Amino acid sequence: MNDRAAGQSPPRLVASGICKSFPGVRALHDVHLRVHPGEVLALLGENGAGKSTLMKILAGVQKPDAGTLEADGVPIPPGSVQEALRQGIALIHQELNLATNLTVGANIFLGREPNRHGWIDEKAIAAEARRVLDLVGLDLDPSREVGDLTLGQMQLVEIAKALSVNARVLILDEPTSSLSARETERLFAVMNELRDRGVSLIYISHRLAEIHRMADRVTVLRDGVNAGELARAEISHDAMVRLMVGRDVSRVYQRTSGTPGAVVLEVNEVRTAANPGHGVSLQVRAGEIVGLAGLIGAGRTELLEALFGVNPPLSGEIRVEGRILRAQHPRDAVLGGLALVPEDRKKQGVVLAESVRRNLSLASLERDRVRGFLLNEAAESGITERMIRELRIKTPGEEQPVRFLSGGNQQKVVIGKWLAMSPRVFLLDEPTRGIDVGAKQEIYQLMEKLAASGAGILFVSSELEEILGLADRVLVMHEGKLAGDLRRDELTEERIMTLATGGQARDRSTH
Amino acid sequence: MKRIIGIAVLLLVVYLATWIMADAFSGRAVFMSGYNQENLLRRIALYGILGIGVSLVIITGGIDLSLGSVVCLVGVGVPWLAVGHGWPMPVVLLLAVVLPLAIGLGHGLLVTRLRLQPFIVTLCGLLIYRGATRGFTQDQTAGFGNGFKGLRWLANGEIPLFAGFGIPVPLLILGLVAGVVAVFLNKTIYGRYLLALGNSEEAARFSGIRTDRMVIVAYVICSFLAGLAGLLFVLDVNLAQPVDFGNFYELFAIAAAVLGGCSLRGGTGTVVGVLAGTALIQVLRNMINLVFPSYQNMEYAVIGLVILAGVVADELAKRAVARQKAAS
Repeated sequence: MNDRAAGQSPPRLVASGICKSFPGVRALHDVHLRVHPGEVLALLGENGAGKSTLMKILAGVQKPDAGTLEADGVPIPPGSVQEALRQGIALIHQELNLATNLTVGANIFLGREPNRHGWIDEKAIAAEARRVLDLVGLDLDPSREVGDLTLGQMQLVEIAKALSVNARVLILDEPTSSLSARETERLFAVMNELRDRGVSLIYISHRLAEIHRMADRVTVLRDGVNAGELARAEISHDAMVRLMVGRDVSRVYQRTSGTPGAVVLEVNEVRTAANPGHGVSLQVRAGEIVGLAGLIGAGRTELLEALFGVNPPLSGEIRVEGRILRAQHPRDAVLGGLALVPEDRKKQGVVLAESVRRNLSLASLERDRVRGFLLNEAAESGITERMIRELRIKTPGEEQPVRFLSGGNQQKVVIGKWLAMSPRVFLLDEPTRGIDVGAKQEIYQLMEKLAASGAGILFVSSELEEILGLADRVLVMHEGKLAGDLRRDELTEERIMTLATGGQARDRSTH
Repeated sequence: MKRIIGIAVLLLVVYLATWIMADAFSGRAVFMSGYNQENLLRRIALYGILGIGVSLVIITGGIDLSLGSVVCLVGVGVPWLAVGHGWPMPVVLLLAVVLPLAIGLGHGLLVTRLRLQPFIVTLCGLLIYRGATRGFTQDQTAGFGNGFKGLRWLANGEIPLFAGFGIPVPLLILGLVAGVVAVFLNKTIYGRYLLALGNSEEAARFSGIRTDRMVIVAYVICSFLAGLAGLLFVLDVNLAQPVDFGNFYELFAIAAAVLGGCSLRGGTGTVVGVLAGTALIQVLRNMINLVFPSYQNMEYAVIGLVILAGVVADELAKRAVARQKAAS
């Protein structure tokens, strides 16, 4: 889409020799970064590689221990958001910083409202808001409340807000992580336009395909140091992964497929509160890994939560190994042989403040109780030790609060909690979200192991690579309906996306 | 246990300071007398029951502001029915148990089923139960006169140990309550559920725990213990005025729980901590009584300041520990 020779003009922003330590952790060591006018620089690295810290230093949120920042050749005093903003450096956070109860215009001018003796000048707000909303291609009434917008629109409002303070360097921290495909396209169009206007963009993402498409240059961080840089022509999936992890990783996880057994989960015409208009029917066999693909908002999480009794289904029938399951509460589902690894790990999967031990035993306390209601501490210890060993949970000890574990290890705790109940069916909702590349592989292996031991697995994922690599069969959801059922040999990225976006699969075999 | 070291030290300091100031300055054993110590323990016992009750609700992340009014309802209602209206005592006592249970159930159902905020629900309770008590008694003081000596022994009796000192019977009741609740919290699956849901209701529910029921249980126990304390309070003092009987008791109970390490965000709390918090507040009141009697009317201000100081010191200590941990 572009082969602009960025890099010819002098850099707009240069960071050199940046060092930053937190108590006990060296976050950044002698890190260099530069971005030119009209360039999209992708910053890449595993979780914990130091990307966020570097971004915060660029935006003045944090002060580096050593190193310098220069804008257009002039040094910027580090550690001051005011100074960074004066140089036109704006950070757009992963979790958007908008007041959802205020209007679009009020958000754009938050903290610097045009006023006359303290009375807000609404006309000036509306006019300037319209101007910057135009720049990002948003046709929105500035008097609308931000809370009523979609995530994608909010993202663009944030960018408009940055533009209204004449941002010349826009830092976007995982901007597409919660956007639908259409919203992502919109954002990319805006990014391209801004680039053409000479704005520098620093773009952080885990999605290598997006980087491949958008970036003029890639800078990779690994363990707090520069791991390498790729020019536009050198950017490829393999090259990026190699720099990120420091070794070659097989590009896509490849499931070693087994032969599925009897049906363990049978869902007939289940209607959820979120999509009462359509019943969903599906089957999962023992030893089978079924992927549930679809866009954000297609109703996948809602379906899993209905099956698990979090939001009980309105109607329909669920059978686990032939027995009817009336899922009115998660407890019914647990007793019926289901397990849910929920989407929001930190809020729904683990009790963050409690220990590894207490989390691992939480689901099985009732089954193992003695004399009616007393804790069975021997059983609890047994489960804890077994799960830490079998799932290779990295923790200094059983009493470590789960809060201090890495995302991958937290996810293993969630899986371990359920494993103690020997469920027949695992429902996993975005099981590798926010987890390092290395730990992802471990979660994949774990899912295969669960399947190999005879459990049925139904997993939701928004990462197509994951679905393609792992699933024996893929169900695609679109607007609350099942839009397709693809066998492994029929799987292509294009076919899934066509179904997910409401198109018809061509040459779809019937079975 | 780490959580209560601070409060335990503070309790010890205040206790010793009171002893020194009261006894050394006056030259007589006014604080360390058998009579005073026994009374102190009796008050700790009565307020401790309230504190333990409310701590269970606080662990769920809720609050119960209605305690004082439940104390009033039972404390006034029992003598009013038994003495004023001649109802048979067993029936009255049964009512004194059932009514608080029903009140707790009501609070719990409103909080879990209707998702009302605990603060609002129990604030309404605070107003309703006191208003109702004042209404049906026409604001008349109720008491036992010279009757019910046996029953009153539960509150004002003692197990004599040596001359001038005995263990107050309410302290034994507190011991029983504290023991049962401590076992409940630490040794039963339900205690574990309560702590888990206090930290993260969603994660507990997603683990198959019927969190609503556990929350209701906490409110029921809390109101039941408030009723028990109300009964003991009136048996002890013999007279109860609907206007102010039990006034502010909910705040003493909540303060004791917070001093003892319960976080109002839920998920943490120990019985021992709540007992230490209760003891601290009662020793303080005793100090003001004995050492600064002319400042009696500033009692609340002093207690408020000490609680604030305790909570601030606790927070600073926690940060220091966190910093040390991070630096090592």
